[in-house]
Amino acid sequence: MEIFGFIANNWPVILRLAGEHISIVAVAVGLAILTGVPIGIAITQNRRVADGVLYVASIIVTIPSIALFGLMIPILSKIGQGIGWLPAVIAILLYSQLPIVRNTYTAITNVDPALREAAIGMGMTPFQRLTRLEIPIAIPVIMAGVRTAVVMNIGVAAIAAYIGAGGLGVLIARGISQTDPRQLITGALAVSLLAILADWALLQLQKRLTPAGLKR
Amino acid sequence: MIRLEDLTKRFKTPGADIVAADRVNMEVPTGEICILLGPSGCGKTTALKMINRLIPPTSGKIYIDGQDTSQLDDIQLRRNIGYVIQQIGLFPNMTIEENICVVPRLLNWDIRKARQRAADLLDLVGLDPRQFLRRYPKELSGGQQQRVGVIRALAADPPVMLMDEPFGAIDPINREIIQDEFLKMQAELKKTIMFVSHDIDEAVKMGDKIAIFRAGRIEQYDTPDMILAHPANAFVADFVGADRTLKRLRLVTAEEVASTEVPVTARSTKVSDALHQLTVAKARRAVVIDSDRRPVGFVTAEEMAGASGTVRDFAHPLPATVPVRADLRAVVSEMFAHDTMWLACTDDHGRFAGVITQPDVTAALRATYGPDKGAGPEQGAS
Repeated sequence: MEIFGFIANNWPVILRLAGEHISIVAVAVGLAILTGVPIGIAITQNRRVADGVLYVASIIVTIPSIALFGLMIPILSKIGQGIGWLPAVIAILLYSQLPIVRNTYTAITNVDPALREAAIGMGMTPFQRLTRLEIPIAIPVIMAGVRTAVVMNIGVAAIAAYIGAGGLGVLIARGISQTDPRQLITGALAVSLLAILADWALLQLQKRLTPAGLKR
Repeated sequence: MIRLEDLTKRFKTPGADIVAADRVNMEVPTGEICILLGPSGCGKTTALKMINRLIPPTSGKIYIDGQDTSQLDDIQLRRNIGYVIQQIGLFPNMTIEENICVVPRLLNWDIRKARQRAADLLDLVGLDPRQFLRRYPKELSGGQQQRVGVIRALAADPPVMLMDEPFGAIDPINREIIQDEFLKMQAELKKTIMFVSHDIDEAVKMGDKIAIFRAGRIEQYDTPDMILAHPANAFVADFVGADRTLKRLRLVTAEEVASTEVPVTARSTKVSDALHQLTVAKARRAVVIDSDRRPVGFVTAEEMAGASGTVRDFAHPLPATVPVRADLRAVVSEMFAHDTMWLACTDDHGRFAGVITQPDVTAALRATYGPDKGAGPEQGAS
């Protein structure tokens, strides 16, 4: 009951931290879509390049987030941004590449070869094939990659509180350092809830973007 | 017109080069269907795909209506050639209308003109535009999808069409129906068509000419009847099958064989008059027709001999009739089914159109085997 009281009393703070949290993830994943989708499409042209790119993206994901934040401090402090919002966004941008690049690559390479043959035979240019056929068909799988990236990185963004990026991780960090279970549990609950809501909202978006002919 | 000149394709593989097409020379006259026929791996599909450059030729020339296509840009060339594949390849993210409009839109047609064309073409293959334009491919049956696949290739009215086993994935009953529809369309549209098949029956039915491929070479290029009657070599004879003579039955219609000089009589005719008519015609039987000239029965001279009364008293019902447009295979099938030596034929309105007998059928098959018609032009083997 103490927790409900805490939440009720600190409502404005929780909302502000949630806003910060969303801004980090939204900007980072947004940029990751702008980079990851073109990369995923580009690497369909060459199998070996694709293997290399996906390998690098997989390695990035294995770096523990706290270590990645630590690595960026000396690099970004040269432009006075060693801690705070920017390194958090960059880390999440990097983490998001794998699911988005891999899903885009897989979706495009899995387009039925017969459709591709028909499109080429009818005289579509490679760009027309991509925009009229391959990307529309790949949309559901690309969106599934975006959802994975968002859910995964809402968790990562909580840790970014330790480098002063703000967000709901602040409640968790304080809860630990002040041994205050109210803040700890509130922060954890808020992060989970945010992840669930974001996933649901993106699923709705995915359904809207999926061409009607591909829906079941 | 499509003309292939020394068309050759070599694929480089780690052991030796594979020659998929070896100096293929052939010409398909405007408005004709040419079937490329042969076992799998014989090079027929390679030859087809070199025409729209899905496979670039190693050497040789392709002319369409006299123009050397190597002078044309790949994209422009393909937009002016209709292309139908076995897997159909309708784009699942587009409606039927959008699918049909793909090439017209690539050619920058006015959107309204393209849509009108889509509706007209759906009508042409018996699919109601109001019902189908807005549907998606997955909402259509296989046969409907392949009809759309064919009209999509026709959308921009290309003079030339390439069809790669277009009806191969459709069940046998629907395949016959779609083949018939397509032939009816072709009779009006008169496209120049290259059509890959591995099915000799389909080839005989659809082709004005058949080119039989083996190991990248044309073994024989001729009309279906000539290929069935005079296979150029053992490979062709073997490929078209031991029953090749029976296959020729499909190439002849009852109309070409039926005899129209058969005495006819009405039910109310006096027996004596009917007998006189038979004697004059030197015939043993007469077909009985009703007032609309529909065949309803027959009478024989033996049974009426010396009798009185009218034809009605001696008429036997006909076991079956066949449309005069039916091919001889259907006619023979009816004859065997009803254990009869002859059948009456009817025209489109059900009126009597002659009589066809089993000796007529065998005589028709024998005709092109005769020595005088035997040595026809057999070209193509290179």
